[in-house]
Amino acid sequence: MNLVYLDNSATTKPYKEVIDEVAECMEKYFANPSSAHRLGVEAEKKIKAAREKVAAFIKAKPQEIIFTSGGSEANNMAVLGIVSKCDHIITTRIEHPSIIRLLQDLEKDSFDVTYLDVDCYGIINLEQLAKSIRENTKLISIMYVNNELGSIQPIQEIVSIVRSKSKKAKVHIDAVQALGKLNINVRELGADLISLSAHKVHGPKGVGALYIKEGLRLRPLIAGGGQEYDLRSGTENLPGISGFGISIGLLAQDFQNKQMQVRKLKEYFVEGLKDFDKIKINSPLGEKHLDNILNVSFEGVRGEVMLHSLEDYNIYVSTGSACSAKKGAHKNYVLPAIGLDAMQAEGAIRFSFSYMNTIEEIDYTIDAIKKILPFLRRISK
Amino acid sequence: MNCMLVKYASEISLKGLNRRYFEDLLVTNIRKTIGNGYKIQKESGRIYINDYSEELADKVRKTFGIIGVTKAEITEKEMDKIAEAAIGQMKQLKDVKTFKVESKRSDKKFPLQSLEISREIGGMILKNVEGLKVDVHSPDIVVNVEIRDKAYIYTKELKGVAGMPYGSAGKGVLLLSGGIDSPVAGYMMAKRGLELVCVYYHSHPYTSERAKEKVVELARKLAVYTGSIKLYVAPFTEIQMQIIEKCKENELTIIMRRYMMQVAEAVAKKENALALITGESLGQVASQTLESMLVTNSELELPVFRPLVGMDKIDITVTAREIDTFETSILPYEDCCTIFVPKHPKTRPRLDEIKKSEEVLDKETLIANCMASMEIIKINNLQ
Repeated sequence: MNLVYLDNSATTKPYKEVIDEVAECMEKYFANPSSAHRLGVEAEKKIKAAREKVAAFIKAKPQEIIFTSGGSEANNMAVLGIVSKCDHIITTRIEHPSIIRLLQDLEKDSFDVTYLDVDCYGIINLEQLAKSIRENTKLISIMYVNNELGSIQPIQEIVSIVRSKSKKAKVHIDAVQALGKLNINVRELGADLISLSAHKVHGPKGVGALYIKEGLRLRPLIAGGGQEYDLRSGTENLPGISGFGISIGLLAQDFQNKQMQVRKLKEYFVEGLKDFDKIKINSPLGEKHLDNILNVSFEGVRGEVMLHSLEDYNIYVSTGSACSAKKGAHKNYVLPAIGLDAMQAEGAIRFSFSYMNTIEEIDYTIDAIKKILPFLRRISK
Repeated sequence: MNCMLVKYASEISLKGLNRRYFEDLLVTNIRKTIGNGYKIQKESGRIYINDYSEELADKVRKTFGIIGVTKAEITEKEMDKIAEAAIGQMKQLKDVKTFKVESKRSDKKFPLQSLEISREIGGMILKNVEGLKVDVHSPDIVVNVEIRDKAYIYTKELKGVAGMPYGSAGKGVLLLSGGIDSPVAGYMMAKRGLELVCVYYHSHPYTSERAKEKVVELARKLAVYTGSIKLYVAPFTEIQMQIIEKCKENELTIIMRRYMMQVAEAVAKKENALALITGESLGQVASQTLESMLVTNSELELPVFRPLVGMDKIDITVTAREIDTFETSILPYEDCCTIFVPKHPKTRPRLDEIKKSEEVLDKETLIANCMASMEIIKINNLQ
């Protein structure tokens, strides 16, 4: 079997068309989009086209899209661009490190942060959210889809609760894992800020975007030449941005069928996993679950060892945590938050699908696990 | 014009009839590190290289056997030219209050004697550089003047790593884990002239590619001093699995250590190496007690060098930082020694007991299989 890539939530393989576009931009559209000459104008047009594509995909206006270096920058920009000292911020315990660690730093600097608990499905409690909103609450930052479990938060309900409780609180949605998988309609969602990333949707790395609702003012993180409506200075990453536009354009074609394919893959995989003893599916499945991410614990086997064993079959996955969990900073906090004990969390593997994966690949993977598990479980001292 | 003056360990000049061998090897090693583009001359207990730059000096300085390198200015053999160079150098030095001049006259046709040269140059420095005093007993800096084919003037010396020329003492096999100790042990033996061949034990899928890359990186750091290095990556999973399946839990570590040593000895035989080197320090962990060392040694023919045996972790860490292996060593990837640690490993194993426990293992086959699928990585830092 050729390479079986089941790590699509870490990053995705770029479309061939994206690669060609990036190369062509570097070759032909190398001029600075801010330059006054004709070449500069042509480069600027490339960015404009990409902005329109990204905006259209999430039903936003082009001027509401700010290109960044990726999801982490978009998240940082959303938080730091809005809050000031002594503001109260609400988030969840299972956010991406680019939110959690940023807020932990802000806490040391006299910001007040509330971390909402999640249930065993990784979903927040809306009552707890309602109770947490105070007079000085400035920002609610919540991820749309959790990167490790695939849990989907009820964003529309969250927004309406916030609106009913506060006039000044803004809502930021980290939609990095949701883009290209869920229908994102900014008008329906009603959030003020939304983070996106290109490389999770078969686009290039090093580029993302922040949706900023029209009329909302942000403090920029980077001072400089005033690119991106004065909000994100620095000469634009034109090849990346244009590649992002191409990937969104391709993704938008036949969007529903792509998601149907992922659902088929997941359901087939879950069915296949029923043959195994002593495993636990940590993802919530059902309605509140994004089909692309399936988190599974294999009892008695460390996730890292399972990962390296699957490598021998040319199958690529992630463990629940970023690395060996030895360093405090990288310790997994998501799995304990849904009630997993240390052993279960250590045995967790994240399989993440793209619509490009096939049923044959799932068969092959299930087969590989059948061969690997008894071998790894022969020692359980 | 400048050149580099290289001083080497007095131990080398004391080697009697073998002195030439050591000197030639040293020159060869320097040439290997800096490449062929330089003229390297050996002359009366010194080595001269016809160029100087800080980068070049740092490379030469890290060649084992060298105790110091300095930038020497070359002038005509005329007193005013020599003085001009000496004054120029003194003016560039900071925080120097006292000095003395030392002269050497190999060219006996030069009209002044050594002491006279020193006195005269010293006088001119005093007259031309402000705020300096002569101190013949403990000066801040020594201005050296050598009269040979030309005049050589030098002041500040960069310390070399000392030791004996690499390769002059034969070859040894280093058990290189990803930790702090073993690279330091290798460095210390290499410094005594032992050529290193490294062995790393890889337990895929229990240890990651990154753990292996880390060891390759450590070998590369050692190669900064040794020039090149050969790294054997021993597939260790099957041996470990068999031990874990068949032996008592509290004896796992000690039996694993015995196997590591025997694999290393097999590598040594293949490489014609005559010693094994480990980073063990007495009592640091259960497998490093006196009893454990006795048990790990018992099957071996070759001597096991444990240069860190009497060192504390703090001292080892200081050296690890000096040789720039520390930051790599503390990267958090698990190696094969840390993945199956028994809760209560035996600290005082008895040889007869361990030998009995081991009988269930097919040693010859296990070691032969390990040797058969050994991966060899050659790391080359040479020009």
